[in-house]
Amino acid sequence: MKLTTKLLTATAIVAASGAFAEDLEVMHWWTSGGEAAAVGELAKAFDATGNKWVDAAIAGGDAARAVMVSRLTGGDPMGAFQFNHGRQAEELIEAGLLRDITDIAEAEGWTDIINPPSLLESCTVDGRIYCAPVNIHSWQWLWLSHKAYDDAGLDVPTNWDEYVASASALNDAGKLPLAMGQQGWQQRGLFNTLFAALVPNEVFLAVYDDKDADVAAGADVARVFAAAADAREMASNSTVQNWNDATNLVITGQAGGQIMGDWAQGEFAVAEQVAGTDYSCLPGLGVTELLSTGGDAFYFPVLTDEAQIAAQSELAALMLRPDTQVAFNLAKGSLPVRGDIDLSAANDCMQKGLALLADGAILPDTAQLITPDTADQISTLFIEFFADSSITVEDAQVQFASIIATAR
Amino acid sequence: MSSTRPNQLFRNKSAKIAAIPMIVTALLVFVGGTIWTVVYSFTNSGLLPRLQWVGLDQYERLWATRKWLVSIENLAIYGLCMLVLVFVIGFILAALIDQKIRFEDTIRTVILYPYALSFVVTGLVWQWMLNPEFGVQKVVRGWGWESFTFDPLYSADIAIYGVLIAGIWQGSGLVMVLMLAGLRGIDQDVWKASRVDGIPTWKAYIFVIIPMMRPVFVTTLVIVVTGIVKIYDLIVAQTGGGPGISTEVPAKYVYDMMFQANNLGQGFAASTMMLVTVALIVIPWAILEFGGSKHRD
Repeated sequence: MKLTTKLLTATAIVAASGAFAEDLEVMHWWTSGGEAAAVGELAKAFDATGNKWVDAAIAGGDAARAVMVSRLTGGDPMGAFQFNHGRQAEELIEAGLLRDITDIAEAEGWTDIINPPSLLESCTVDGRIYCAPVNIHSWQWLWLSHKAYDDAGLDVPTNWDEYVASASALNDAGKLPLAMGQQGWQQRGLFNTLFAALVPNEVFLAVYDDKDADVAAGADVARVFAAAADAREMASNSTVQNWNDATNLVITGQAGGQIMGDWAQGEFAVAEQVAGTDYSCLPGLGVTELLSTGGDAFYFPVLTDEAQIAAQSELAALMLRPDTQVAFNLAKGSLPVRGDIDLSAANDCMQKGLALLADGAILPDTAQLITPDTADQISTLFIEFFADSSITVEDAQVQFASIIATAR
Repeated sequence: MSSTRPNQLFRNKSAKIAAIPMIVTALLVFVGGTIWTVVYSFTNSGLLPRLQWVGLDQYERLWATRKWLVSIENLAIYGLCMLVLVFVIGFILAALIDQKIRFEDTIRTVILYPYALSFVVTGLVWQWMLNPEFGVQKVVRGWGWESFTFDPLYSADIAIYGVLIAGIWQGSGLVMVLMLAGLRGIDQDVWKASRVDGIPTWKAYIFVIIPMMRPVFVTTLVIVVTGIVKIYDLIVAQTGGGPGISTEVPAKYVYDMMFQANNLGQGFAASTMMLVTVALIVIPWAILEFGGSKHRD
């Protein structure tokens, strides 16, 4: 009897300690240098709790999302996964595949600390919270290479118009004026950035939030398309595919600039470039200084294993703790989701972003406003537009307006 | 002779029992899956299937989408060119090899080899071959022809032909081997007879040998056509649908819709259209080909 009791106790201890050392599979698409460094910070913090972060990275957001969704709908859920929060996860939540983490959010007081509140709203469906936002990403940045402008004997531009004006001189100096990856999401992002920077906010919201096709066909949007045609001209010799390859052209001074979200910052950091001396960043293209507040969030599938659920809770709570937020966001070049932490270690560009955030110069991200279906249609339009210079600005705008007209 | 004929259903009992698992699989997976897909193509299923009827909306959107129309056009160009060229090249190669040449085994292996490569490898190899920086163009310019330009994958108008080159390179070996098997099946007496009659060799091929090889041609046709309709991986590896949308194909449209745009309904509608197209071609042909077989000897 005694032996049995001992064995039972031993089993109980093993089982209990097992609960504290869970392997949790986390899926994400952070594979570039800066991104991998950032995800390493999250993993380190999670491992420090005694659990184990099992990394499952898939390169490319589109490919990763396809795998994640098939695994969820196929009944083989992972421990946690990254999504751009917003409307991508809407249907997964409706189908009851994702775990309601409202209790954790309440215990940690997320409603008080998350700034801007729209980030948490994007995680909320019918009053329940389903995801943990980890950072704020904004698309509206123009990255400029000082080396390229020095080589061409030009001053570094301070806004979009000066940048466009400098294009021919850059071309003559053998530099690519605008580096752009040939992927739909990058081309769509570039267009949306021009949109946010060059026309008033009301127009942006009328098109993407209210889906007003008349505005989309109007004169304000025509200006955006004209600017997109300039960008097409400037990027006509850009043959790279991935965004980080395009960023690398800017880092090495082969290209004058790139329009890319603030995650490009991580690449400059990995290459040990200094903001202000090696490269410049212009939020809102130097025209309208504002940022869209999209970002990444982690979702937690519904699981049955108690130990796994406990590990999920631990990870969710951990992601918004101040130290994790600082370490993660410094590596990734994104802004933290809470306004109450000290980011004095951040460089010039991040400080600009923080200041804009504090001023409330913000827009919602398109991922929070339009469905992936509409986003894909817009991507297809711009893949075509940027590859084929025979497509006129007017034709493209008519197609754009018809996409907005059918958007939900 | 007994007056009652044995029941047809119970002839070859063991063979029929052995076929039951496959029949069940085919009915459940293929027919069941097909019906399910067609039914859900009339819904507005997004990321997950759901039964909310929207009538023909998905089809209306499909046929109003430029990407789909470009896909269909590309499949037609690729399919027709592939079919004609792969048969011509495959048959000529087979006829040449059939001339009792030396090192036949070696040559046959070399020509068949590309077929052993997957479409992904084929696509990548030809992406590099057709890259102006280090492919065919670079080599020819290195020989001294400085103005030589050959970069089909970088021009939207002709990019699909760049894909076609890769497809033919990969597929003609298989057609050659099948044709060669057909040629070897021709009785030598036929050749002797045609020689006695003084018929030129090319005439003998076209009017005597090819009609005799009809079954081989039918088999090859089925293999090649199914390969054409389901083309997807070659495109993804070689061009990714680009430049622009100039090399999109229907199968890729289906995939993009289902897994990137989270719009299953649209993807189902597109795959249903693919099925209808194939059925429109295959069913009349199958009736002609096999329906009348009982009346032949």
